Amino acid sequence: MRKLALNDEILLSVQQPARYIGGEVNMVVKDPSQVDIRFCMCFPDVYEIGMSHLGIQILYDMFNRREDTYCERVYSPWTDLDKVMRQEQIPLFALESQDPVKDFDFLGITLQYEMCYTNILQILDLSQIPLHSRERGEEDPIVIGGGPCAYNPEPLAEFFDLFYIGEGETVYGQLLDAYKENKKNGRNRLAFLQAAAQIPGIYVPAFYDVTYKEDGTIDRFKPNNPCAKEKVTKELVVDMDQVPYIEKPLVPFQKVTQDRVVLEIQRGCIRGCRFCQAGNVYRPLRERSVEYLKESAKKLLDHTGHEEISLSSLSSSDYTDLPELVNFLIDQCSSRGINISLPSLRIDAFSLDVMSKVQDVKKSSLTFAPEAGSQRLRDVINKGLTEDVILSGATEAFKGGWNRVKLYFMLGLPTEEKEDMEGIALLSEKIAEAYYDTVPKEQRHGKAQIVASSSFFVPKPFTPFQWARMCTKEEFLERAYLVKNKFREMKNFKSLKYNWHEADVTVLEGVLARGDRKVASVVEAAYKNGALFDSWSEHFDNSLWDKAFQDCDIDPDFYTVRERQIDEVFPWDFIDAGVSKEFLKREWLLALEGKVTPNCRQRCSGCGAKVFKGGVCYEDKD
Amino acid sequence: MKIRIKFSKQGYMKFVGHLDIMRYFQKAMRRGKINIRYSEGFSPHQIMSFAAPLGVGITSNGEYLDIEVTDQDTPSFTSQTMTKSLNQVMVEGIQILSCRKLPDTSKNAMSIVCAADYTLRFRERAILEDLEMFFEKLSAFYSQDQIMITKKTKRSQRKLDLKPLIYHLERRGNAVFMQVSAGSGDNIKPELVMESFYESQNWEYPPFGFLIQREEVYGHDQAGNKIPLEEFGENIE
Ligand code: SF4
Repeated sequence: MRKLALNDEILLSVQQPARYIGGEVNMVVKDPSQVDIRFCMCFPDVYEIGMSHLGIQILYDMFNRREDTYCERVYSPWTDLDKVMRQEQIPLFALESQDPVKDFDFLGITLQYEMCYTNILQILDLSQIPLHSRERGEEDPIVIGGGPCAYNPEPLAEFFDLFYIGEGETVYGQLLDAYKENKKNGRNRLAFLQAAAQIPGIYVPAFYDVTYKEDGTIDRFKPNNPCAKEKVTKELVVDMDQVPYIEKPLVPFQKVTQDRVVLEIQRGCIRGCRFCQAGNVYRPLRERSVEYLKESAKKLLDHTGHEEISLSSLSSSDYTDLPELVNFLIDQCSSRGINISLPSLRIDAFSLDVMSKVQDVKKSSLTFAPEAGSQRLRDVINKGLTEDVILSGATEAFKGGWNRVKLYFMLGLPTEEKEDMEGIALLSEKIAEAYYDTVPKEQRHGKAQIVASSSFFVPKPFTPFQWARMCTKEEFLERAYLVKNKFREMKNFKSLKYNWHEADVTVLEGVLARGDRKVASVVEAAYKNGALFDSWSEHFDNSLWDKAFQDCDIDPDFYTVRERQIDEVFPWDFIDAGVSKEFLKREWLLALEGKVTPNCRQRCSGCGAKVFKGGVCYEDKD
Repeated sequence: MKIRIKFSKQGYMKFVGHLDIMRYFQKAMRRGKINIRYSEGFSPHQIMSFAAPLGVGITSNGEYLDIEVTDQDTPSFTSQTMTKSLNQVMVEGIQILSCRKLPDTSKNAMSIVCAADYTLRFRERAILEDLEMFFEKLSAFYSQDQIMITKKTKRSQRKLDLKPLIYHLERRGNAVFMQVSAGSGDNIKPELVMESFYESQNWEYPPFGFLIQREEVYGHDQAGNKIPLEEFGENIE
């Protein structure tokens, strides 16, 4: 029987001890002494969140296919265990072997959202690995980061030895081979980093120097090591059918956020929403074939026993063979008591028909993401969803028996005016009216329930809005109150509900999203002040961050509310994410004029992603 | 057809709580391709029920769940093949010990549970210097006519005589073995017995002093006899 790193007394005195025991269904077991490379994969948040993440499962599976590598996992210990581990100086351990993380060759940390940055420092700290790359020695693991936030790795630059820019399936093999080779030849850490720096997609922050202008913006960003590339091009899978998909995902004991089979049907998006980072950096859209997906779905359900399967993509309705895939799933699942969940579907006749088959209409709600309250602003953000489409979709749905609608909006978008904000309430009201007009009194089961929520807009790197000024906390809240008051004026006020996201944390997210290397000191100071689990509202304490900014003498406004010049050098400009800066600039200017850009299937806009030689850019357009 | 499944829960699995064990078995049924029956309705669930929840931290050699399968009179499996299919999809700490067919009229396990056996071993740290003395005092404690305790729940306190609820208590090697009342009536946790013993001696009860293992769970038949739950069913050949 596997031995655990923590004793019974500790495990029985912390919440949810099953977070720390490993041993889940489909966990990979290898003899660590029989492999060349030990890789510890980390999601820097609590187990239930980390275990729900598809990317880690993909890499876990991929690494463990290699006979010479044993990939294990670690997540953030919750605050209760954190305290015990510090008191008793227990080094953080991987779930599989329960061995200390510091004994591994690699610690790979996935960067999914900015608010996990202090948790990264917790992981390093509890692992007893020096926080800064420059302090690490030959015995320490190579710390590598990847994932969406790696598209601006600079605020984390000093904590990582390497960053992997782009999709993991492509050059990790090369990287591990280089490591093995280096070790075999008895060469040191620096030699490996130099070898790694030459692999496409790999960024070694220590090999670059940054100098700043007097106004604080970047003057020069230059390699200081001959092995380092001028530009780091993102890695991407050209043919999605050519890479293996997971067959046996881990099945946790505890209920986790994604307690289901997740089938990734495609990557990328044709839509070109101007606020969306994923839609830009994952370009071009690449689909998996329906045969591939059917095969995968069967295996995944068989090997996990999950009672639900969900399709994953940025915009599932754009998947070419969606009807065939969905009918197949309905066929496979209905007899076996398996639910199908279809997020990110456009509401139309097809999706309503499918949804009425796979879910209980009375209990489920329709979701629309207009993102902005007026057509003018929806044009600015290039969200091709019109009021007509929303209202006719909702009307059809009301006829079909639905009476709940969820609406997602953003506040603080570039060029936003009072009318745009009020539009949020007006649109919600129109949907409620559509319900009362469509459904005769005697057929209603209760009131319409329209819930509108708005998050606050954070400009992200590699989007046309990377130049945009972000709102202050006060501006955000003013806007939310304005919308709230408008809701009060609505006739169907009682059928409507409006809520909004927290503003403090959004501002901070804005700093980290477009931060430069100087911001690292703030992250570290905040962590030392006690900031941890910042994405958990019950743990987030803005005063710890305020103090950190003060102590480091860094002005958060520089990163958020400052107007950026069109020719400013951004901290992330050294990355080539496919979409060119020229294209983004063009889109930014079009946005300011309120002009829309067609999607990739209507007309190619020459965004730059064609260089990858695949996906939607090469689809037959007739 | 009703099937009673007996399993053990060992090692690290003792940290997985009862609700998660239920979820674990629901998924295991699908992985093991068991023809389990589903309830009617929009979100069908498996017909499955557990005999007696086991607390976190306790290992067991005698856990039970009842399921219904769609096979009617002539099953497509034997006890042996079903046990094997399930064991192929188990994790290291859980082992299926038997799968037996219950009479169609039998009540579900939960409603007939009446007693459970436990072994309590000293954890190294809590081991007493004078074991002989410990067991002598324990046996004296058990031979009283009455063992009055106050049973505290979240809402109330009540006086209770433990004695008639401890069916058996003895020394086995260096461990304590006991059979106590279980189920929906008076469910006695083995720690409660030990705590009241320590209290009677004015000793401090060490919070993680014992490694506790459930050995068996009993139900009562119509005549009121205590019978291991497994024996209500018969082997499918
Ligand atoms: S190159 Fe054209 S088709 Fe390809 S992703 Fe960019 S805009 Fe779309």
